[in-house]
Amino acid sequence: MKLSLPDSLLRDKSSGWCPGCGHGIITRMVAEAVEELGLEENFILCTDVACGALAAYVTKWNVIGAAHGRTIIAAAGAKRVRPDQIVLAAPGDGSAYSIGIESTIHCALRNENILALVVNNCVFGMTGGQMSPESLPGQKTTSSPFGRDPARNGAPFDVVKTLGSYDIAYLARGSVSSPANVIRTGKMIRKALQKQLDGQGFCLLEILSPCPTNWGFPDDRAGKALDYMRQQQEVFYPLGEFIDKEGSKDA
Amino acid sequence: MLEIICSGFGGQGVLTAGLILADAGMENGKYVTWYPSYGSEMRGGTANCNVKLSDEEIASPYCGKTSLDILLALNRAAADKFENTLRPGGLMLLNSSLVPADRPCRQDIRVIRVPANEIAAEEKNAQGVNLVMLGAMAAASAAFDAEQLCRDVNHYFYKKKKKMFPQNEACFRRGMQIGAEAGKEGEP
Amino acid sequence: MEKVLMKGNEAFAEACIRAGCRFFSGYPITPQTEVLEYMSWRMEQVGGQFIQTESELAGINMVFGAAAAGARALTTSSGPGFSLKQEGISYLCGTDLPAVIADVMRIGSALGEIFQGQGDYWQLTRGGGHGDYRTVVLAPASVQENADLAYIAFDIAEKYRHPVIIASDAAIGQMVEPVELPPMREHDIDRYDWVIRGRKPGEEQRRMKNVFYRMGADKYPAFLLDKYRRMEENEQRWESLAVEDAELVLVAYGISSRVSKEAVKLARSRGIPLGLIRPISLWPFPQKAFDALGGQVKGFLCVEMSILGQMVDDVVLACGNRVPVGFYGEFSQVPEPEIIVERAAAMLNGKEVQA
Repeated sequence: MKLSLPDSLLRDKSSGWCPGCGHGIITRMVAEAVEELGLEENFILCTDVACGALAAYVTKWNVIGAAHGRTIIAAAGAKRVRPDQIVLAAPGDGSAYSIGIESTIHCALRNENILALVVNNCVFGMTGGQMSPESLPGQKTTSSPFGRDPARNGAPFDVVKTLGSYDIAYLARGSVSSPANVIRTGKMIRKALQKQLDGQGFCLLEILSPCPTNWGFPDDRAGKALDYMRQQQEVFYPLGEFIDKEGSKDA
Repeated sequence: MLEIICSGFGGQGVLTAGLILADAGMENGKYVTWYPSYGSEMRGGTANCNVKLSDEEIASPYCGKTSLDILLALNRAAADKFENTLRPGGLMLLNSSLVPADRPCRQDIRVIRVPANEIAAEEKNAQGVNLVMLGAMAAASAAFDAEQLCRDVNHYFYKKKKKMFPQNEACFRRGMQIGAEAGKEGEP
Repeated sequence: MEKVLMKGNEAFAEACIRAGCRFFSGYPITPQTEVLEYMSWRMEQVGGQFIQTESELAGINMVFGAAAAGARALTTSSGPGFSLKQEGISYLCGTDLPAVIADVMRIGSALGEIFQGQGDYWQLTRGGGHGDYRTVVLAPASVQENADLAYIAFDIAEKYRHPVIIASDAAIGQMVEPVELPPMREHDIDRYDWVIRGRKPGEEQRRMKNVFYRMGADKYPAFLLDKYRRMEENEQRWESLAVEDAELVLVAYGISSRVSKEAVKLARSRGIPLGLIRPISLWPFPQKAFDALGGQVKGFLCVEMSILGQMVDDVVLACGNRVPVGFYGEFSQVPEPEIIVERAAAMLNGKEVQA
């Protein structure tokens, strides 16, 4: 494992992400994968709004800042214009699975040759922790104060159940809850980017990520958010590779 | 300015008849507009188009409410809908294969009955109903040189399909005979 | 150059191709659908991208990504679908991205009907989406102008890094007329130094986000005002007809201007001194056309296919509210030249004309 910081990351900028947030880890993993594959000069990041958008300010990549829920479709538009570039769309779970679900599904159906990297922290973070499509049953949020009740609020969305049978290149779920999961998830990112390089088509990688601030562990020195991930989030949303159409050349 | 409406069932080629007239006008250096019925209006089975031909720039693409020069009515509904928009002395060509002979018509217009379906069937060109009507119109209207329009019809299809369709010309010429029998406008 | 007979929507689509547009994403809706259908095979021929998207929202946001990547990108719709595009248009404006969007107008709010209408004037000329913006709006009145305006729309969009809207209508889109098509051009997606592709070493990072994030909220207002001032100065387009001695001037665009031209002829044949200003740019509104009028003009009559008289305010402003501004509107029917002349004569006789 490399111990130096990838060149694509800025060393002198603070991110604006809360302590204990997973976005920083995920951004670093993407930077490492981009560097390992030698893609720095051909890489376009397409961000959503809110927390994920802050990645634009701690990296050197050229960035398209799409509207909320339109990250994946805007990224697909850019990729079709520049098929020689590697395009990564980075929506959150609210963007990809709620407001933007129609484009998530149809980009998968059209097998758009992009990577949708969906950060799933089970809340709308930037707006203050409202219920998101991924909020767990019983999860208390500012808009489900009695805990998410599927009978009242609808059931959580499982992308594997929806896209699991689609003819796409890659569908996987990783997590940043432990060093081992970070390593595994980093490999998933590399694999998905390699698939895009090979022109295999649509890849969706969901990464479970903690939001201590909005999960009720604002000063999370004890790592309760990570416990919550392992005991709740990862149980409800199992990790793994669900579609790996043509495998991986370097696997 | 010449105002023409082609109207009938969808599939009778009324829009194409109008396009042929517009194309012929353009090829002969005239200003032309063609305006179709479209969308759900066409789903009901009726179709029509407004065609205007002029030596001067055409302002409105719509035929006037009482100034129509020629109506090609390929079914009864077409005649019923547009007969009243003809100017006095205007020309109405009725597809008598579909419009009953006893349908009363305005007395101040010229009416020519053309059994277009039968003729097209005889010529083994069911798609040629509109061309029979156009032929009759060209022979009966002072606004057209029938031989020239016949060439324009051939040219229209040649441009589209890059080949000649003798069966189309046959339909057009059968129509011309009927128009000629009725006599050119203004002639005794 | 050879003339060909084409439908307005198809001439528009072909002229976009010839302007170097190689990206179309959109959704079917009458009376715009011919553009989508035309692009479905034409893009294939020229090696461009055609995507029938899942919705109008997807269509405009895909255009956002394509425009950011440097393409000449187009999406088209009509009324109900155009409303859905407002989000993306606001983002294009806030992000300083060029694109062309056409609204082939139909009548009514909500679903309305597919027939020609001009009821989107306010939406088109006032911004329509959220935030402080408006766009250049060009209104063709013939098949030829469908082609001509499409051809320059991309240039205007790139000149200001700003979307340009084509305000067409069902009549102008469905009509067939002879058209002389412009020559084919190719567009280089790397033409501008702001386009998004991978960052090369030593280059500054390009962030295609709200301009004021980069510029600072203190500098942004002056930047934006200057941009709009330049558009107002340079992009006014109009046609004036018989205004030199006109005592009453019709103001009409799109299909209404066609029948208004006929009304001018009719009025003149009866000795009524009627003229016409036909705005080709609805925004910027052609103030210069009004400034150039002589002092003999006693009033204006807006002729529109709208119930509320959406262009009246602009005419009142353009003439400095010095003379009466009347309004003759139709909803589902195209305005009648006879009625236009009748109303114009009434105005000249000192009567108020409203709706």
